Amino acid sequence: MNKIAQIFETLEYGPAPETADQANAWLDSKNRTFGHFIDGAWTARGKTFASTNPATGEKLADITDGTSADVDSAVAAARAAFPLWSGLSGYERGKFLYSIARMIQKHSRLFAVLETMDNGKPIRESRDADIPLVARHFYHHAGWATHLEREFPDHVPYGVCGQIIPWNFPLLMLAWKIAPALAAGNTVVLKPAEFTSLTALLFAEICERVGLPKGVVNIVTGEGETGAALVNHSDVDKIAFTGSTEVGKIIRAATAGTGKGLSLELGGKSPYIVFEDADLDSAVEGLVEAIWFNQGQVCCAGSRLLVQESIEERFIAKVKKRMANLRVGDPLDKSVDIGALVAPVQVERIRDLMKKGVAEGAVVYEPDGTVPANGCFLKPALVTNVSPANTLVEEEIFGPVLVAMSFRTPEEAVALANNTRYGLAATLWSENINLALDIAPKLKAGVVWINGTNQFDAAVGFGGYKESGFGREGGREGMSAYLKPKWEKALQPAPVATSVPAKAANPLDAEHLDQTAKMYIGGKQARPDSGYNRPVHGTDGALVGEVGDGNRKDIRNAVEAARAALGWGTTAAHSRAQILYFLAENLDYRRDEFAARIKVQTGDDGSKEVAQSVERLFAFAGWADKYDGAVHNPPMRAVAAAMVEPLGVIGVVAPPSRPLLGSIALIAPALAMGNTVVLVPSEGSPLSMTDFYQVLETSDMPSGVVNIVTGESVSLAKTLAEHDGVDGLWFAGSAEGSAMVEKASVGNLKQTWTSRGLYYDLADQRFAGDYFLGKATQVKNVWIPYGA
Amino acid sequence: MSLKVVDNSGSSHAPAHKRNPGYPLDLDWVERVRMNRSALERRAGSIGARRTVKKDYQLAWLLKAITLIDLTTLNADDTPGRVERLCAKARNPLRAEIVDKLGVGDLRILPGAVCVYHTFVKTAVDALEGTGIPVAAVSTAFPHGLAPVDTKIAEIEASVRDGAQEIDIVIERGMVLRGDWQALYDQVRAFRKACGDAHIKTILGTGELATQTNIAKASLVCMLAGADFIKTSTGKEKVNANLVTSLTMIRMIRWFNEETGIEIGYKPAGGIATAGDALKYMALMKEELGTHYLNPHLFRFGASGLLTDIERQLEHGLTGHYAADYRQPMV
Repeated sequence: MNKIAQIFETLEYGPAPETADQANAWLDSKNRTFGHFIDGAWTARGKTFASTNPATGEKLADITDGTSADVDSAVAAARAAFPLWSGLSGYERGKFLYSIARMIQKHSRLFAVLETMDNGKPIRESRDADIPLVARHFYHHAGWATHLEREFPDHVPYGVCGQIIPWNFPLLMLAWKIAPALAAGNTVVLKPAEFTSLTALLFAEICERVGLPKGVVNIVTGEGETGAALVNHSDVDKIAFTGSTEVGKIIRAATAGTGKGLSLELGGKSPYIVFEDADLDSAVEGLVEAIWFNQGQVCCAGSRLLVQESIEERFIAKVKKRMANLRVGDPLDKSVDIGALVAPVQVERIRDLMKKGVAEGAVVYEPDGTVPANGCFLKPALVTNVSPANTLVEEEIFGPVLVAMSFRTPEEAVALANNTRYGLAATLWSENINLALDIAPKLKAGVVWINGTNQFDAAVGFGGYKESGFGREGGREGMSAYLKPKWEKALQPAPVATSVPAKAANPLDAEHLDQTAKMYIGGKQARPDSGYNRPVHGTDGALVGEVGDGNRKDIRNAVEAARAALGWGTTAAHSRAQILYFLAENLDYRRDEFAARIKVQTGDDGSKEVAQSVERLFAFAGWADKYDGAVHNPPMRAVAAAMVEPLGVIGVVAPPSRPLLGSIALIAPALAMGNTVVLVPSEGSPLSMTDFYQVLETSDMPSGVVNIVTGESVSLAKTLAEHDGVDGLWFAGSAEGSAMVEKASVGNLKQTWTSRGLYYDLADQRFAGDYFLGKATQVKNVWIPYGA
Repeated sequence: MSLKVVDNSGSSHAPAHKRNPGYPLDLDWVERVRMNRSALERRAGSIGARRTVKKDYQLAWLLKAITLIDLTTLNADDTPGRVERLCAKARNPLRAEIVDKLGVGDLRILPGAVCVYHTFVKTAVDALEGTGIPVAAVSTAFPHGLAPVDTKIAEIEASVRDGAQEIDIVIERGMVLRGDWQALYDQVRAFRKACGDAHIKTILGTGELATQTNIAKASLVCMLAGADFIKTSTGKEKVNANLVTSLTMIRMIRWFNEETGIEIGYKPAGGIATAGDALKYMALMKEELGTHYLNPHLFRFGASGLLTDIERQLEHGLTGHYAADYRQPMV
């Protein structure tokens, strides 16, 4: 029988290879050797490492391993280019971004083939997903550049941005970093991942060809040490990193106290929830895109399947059947679903994790058949018989491995979904809009996909909650991550607080006062755990009162109370506004008493500060129901609802000055947006805020929403920073204290704001609006496709 | 190239096919149907990018496609002469030169059926004598279906008497839009009875059923009532077959098979005009239902222009030259 007649019987797909000729020709034209792209020119090759094709093991090119001297000259070039680039009009910058977008579109197949050769992802994905999204990102940001001044008035670019990207979506991550940075007027030094530098180098050539001014984009290749040199460089103004949570934490610690801007897009273990009323076959297909897209090497991969018990058996059977149809093999073949993992070390890592999981009781299903013997190939795997305690459920595997668990009720689904350190993305399937829109806001993740998965668009922000990082990429949120208020540059050092004796030399000296202000925890006045009090002195040194000397355990109790009160975040914004108005009203009613207390502590006439505090409460009461989200229209039949959500529990360490306004100006925005608060009031002048809890009590503020712990600011701040139950921490104090707070916050990557020893005039109207509202919130984008 | 090729079934030889006996109407099952249009569109829209066949594989697939075609003429101005010409084409769907060059003379490449109005059943049966190609008759007041049920049953019986081995009936779309599943079930059941040994294809008129969920439910009710095939359209609606609707229907076929063990055939009709379209449909069938579904007893294209385009593609594959349609004997 001839071949055609044979195929007529078997109807196999056969090979459908995409040609690599042009990509090879480009590599050959560079002699398969690359230096860095610095200041608009190519450096000579230095010490090199090989970039290999993970599907074949063949070497593609030699890449220069960047030294700290290379990083120095790249940063210097970016610094030199900054005045020119940031001085261009938005329109001029937009035109360059537009040219880049056009060039990427024009050479899209070359980019796609090169990406697949370097990374191992199927050509279908690089061709249909990665590269079109790259072009879209540059087009979208060409528009932002043009409208920057109108949309972000009084904002300026950071300056030089150091950007470090991973190997899973090499060119797409480059686009996510470079497009908004350039649109905002920053210049950049970007380090691609060592496994996948080639498309970044091709991109550098595009920059050259569109005539981008030299030094605006610099590409320095290298490994971890090159990245570290960039992170630690003193002349870099902002670091943007996408990669593992482990490295993200190192970067957080390294940048602590430096004042560098920071955005981190880190790991995930995203839940994929299937309710019993879902279109099950479509949910199975979605799962293919969730966990077998890019071999599962996706930070937002839907890697934890949660399926309702009533359909579990049927659904798992469907998944297994579907897995048997996945085609693993040559990534340049157009009919391949799963290509090669990026490098042998990843394959080993995944195999080790699997062994560990199996030893802990996991059952692994893999479809029949074999994968190519050479190259970094793994079969798709489904892991069952696991609970949240199994390694495979806890750890980000970053491979084609799905873990499955079941749930009984929507409530349990949410609990299981949120039972993770991470919070990048979540997927849920249900044909019931009531259920879907009930669950979406309860999932602690920066992106929620309803009845779909792994959707991305330049207009829709992407980024994580919790240990998946902070900052967003794409959309308005993404643009604002590359801009800062103009006035920040002019901030002056805060006057050093006049030191008062922290404790009475003789504890008994305090005894002549018959009343001691207690702390306020969970809606109750609480005695300090330590059993000690602190004296409060007036400006003349006279004892004017006593407060509890708070310690770790008081903070622990306060955080516990604040977590128990998180329902405040889902209270109607109108109701939160009413309570804040009521607070303002009740404070105003007692203005003389509060003014007198301020005068006793600071010597200043307090009436102005009280009036400002009342006004500030009034201002944020007004914001409560107005600082809200947006609806995006991505290029598909869907809406993406950008929901503005509170961080959760925010620790607030108030500045030493302005005993009342210093605290009110910080807690009011936090409360307006639905956060609960643990407040450490001014260390030297805490009595205004201990008085304030009587105002709280008369204003219907629910218990636990505001908790007040008095004591030593820095040591209490440290406890708050190290507490994993605190989601955000604002610290107004010394530069050293600020550095400590940022460093100690690494544990759960809480979002911090610190004053770094600078004087923030909290009475200024600039703090009565979105400055703190933005810091009190995070944006969750909920994708809602529709169609009957 | 090292590539794992996964195939659900090794052989495309028709297994002993068990005909659908029909089942009681299960309204609970009908109510459990969920179809998410956006997700279906995404899957259907990506099949052409996920699966492609090249070179010899493409030629072999296109030859298979010919065997899946219900060569059709359903025009108000049809005449016996026109139908005879169609049947002549059915006897020789490919130029001998192409068959020879491909070396597939032994494969007996013939279309799945010839599909005509009742009036021409006899003409077609006579014209196809000795080929084994069945004649399919569209029936039951095609394309609208709005005639007295007795008239419609009589029409089926007349076509069967004239030698039609396959009857393509149309359902009353209004029954679906009103959710009157019992009426739909009863009518299809009656049609099935009237067909006797002739196979019954139920045309849903998907372009007039408004939602994918309606299409899915109508598919299920027809299968429960005993349909051998479910078919998308008459070709006369504003919207005919497409990959999204196809995905909806073949997933219902799959579910029906999971519950009953019976394999129901699928026939998209209308608007499938190019070889490229046909390959996408075949890939979708192979992926969702398995390779063995690419067989005339389980899958048909309702099309007329498709054959000419396939011929052109085959010629191009053989010669490397692009072919003109006037050089292929017309359908």
